[in-house]
Amino acid sequence: MPKAKIYITLKPALLDAQGRVLQNALHQLGFESVQQVRVGKYLEVELSPDGDPHEQIEAMCQKLLANPVIEQYRYEVEG
Amino acid sequence: MKAGVIVFPGSNCDRDAYHALRDVLGYDTEYLWHADARNLNDYRLIIVPGGFSYGDYLRPGAIARFARIMDSVRDYAARGGLVLGVCNGFQILCEAGLLPGALTRNLSLKFRCKPVHIRVENAETPFTRRYRPGEVLQIPIAHGDGRYVCDETTLQQLRANGQIIFRYCSPTGELGEEWNPNGSVDHIAGVANAQFNVLGMMPHPERACELLLGSEDGRRLLAVS
Repeated sequence: MPKAKIYITLKPALLDAQGRVLQNALHQLGFESVQQVRVGKYLEVELSPDGDPHEQIEAMCQKLLANPVIEQYRYEVEG
Repeated sequence: MKAGVIVFPGSNCDRDAYHALRDVLGYDTEYLWHADARNLNDYRLIIVPGGFSYGDYLRPGAIARFARIMDSVRDYAARGGLVLGVCNGFQILCEAGLLPGALTRNLSLKFRCKPVHIRVENAETPFTRRYRPGEVLQIPIAHGDGRYVCDETTLQQLRANGQIIFRYCSPTGELGEEWNPNGSVDHIAGVANAQFNVLGMMPHPERACELLLGSEDGRRLLAVS
């Protein structure tokens, strides 16, 4: 069974308010090396073996899973 | 005059909108269920209300835009029908591609629930022609994801075409970061499509239709008849 792992994050040009708060928190904890934190979403999608999984996942990201106006995505397909 | 208020699972401003349209403005108002396809031709105004449709799963508005009623709304808007999206309704219209841009998490990461001031930037739309240009309105907000963003090209187009309908401002109409409750680009509180028949805004005009509730500045916006 093909399984896709999808990573969705805000586009680099957009300020990530959650990431900025985490960056400050990490600095306060002494992790001074932190330059930037970006918070995103991780999805696992299991597919039936029919069809091209890459093509399907690409269409799913375009239509629903990511908002191309503000987000970028990448994915890996296993199995 | 007929007006419709769409009801999604998780809408929670549908009753406020219904009350404003029916009891305050006296329109023949109907709820429109999300799972029904409807011919909306004889409606004068459709409101996509606020709330948390489908629990804001994935992104606010991401699931609601696939509801059957949204195909009817798309057809209605394409024929020039007036559509007002408030708060979650604004998010849904952006997700549906009926309005440009998107709404992201408030810069403060806090849910902001308070009266704010907004300035009428374009008083020549079907929604705003009963206001003076530059008029300052007091309208409440209640949202966690209201930071309007769009790419630079879109922003230039919005400015050039007069599609920025409302900006957050001080009580006397000045712009400033301290008056911008969510970090929206260019202080944007509401935008319209290029034809000006679809308007999305984060503040809630339906909650500002009676002095008893603190303001009636939203009333003229809904008085589209």
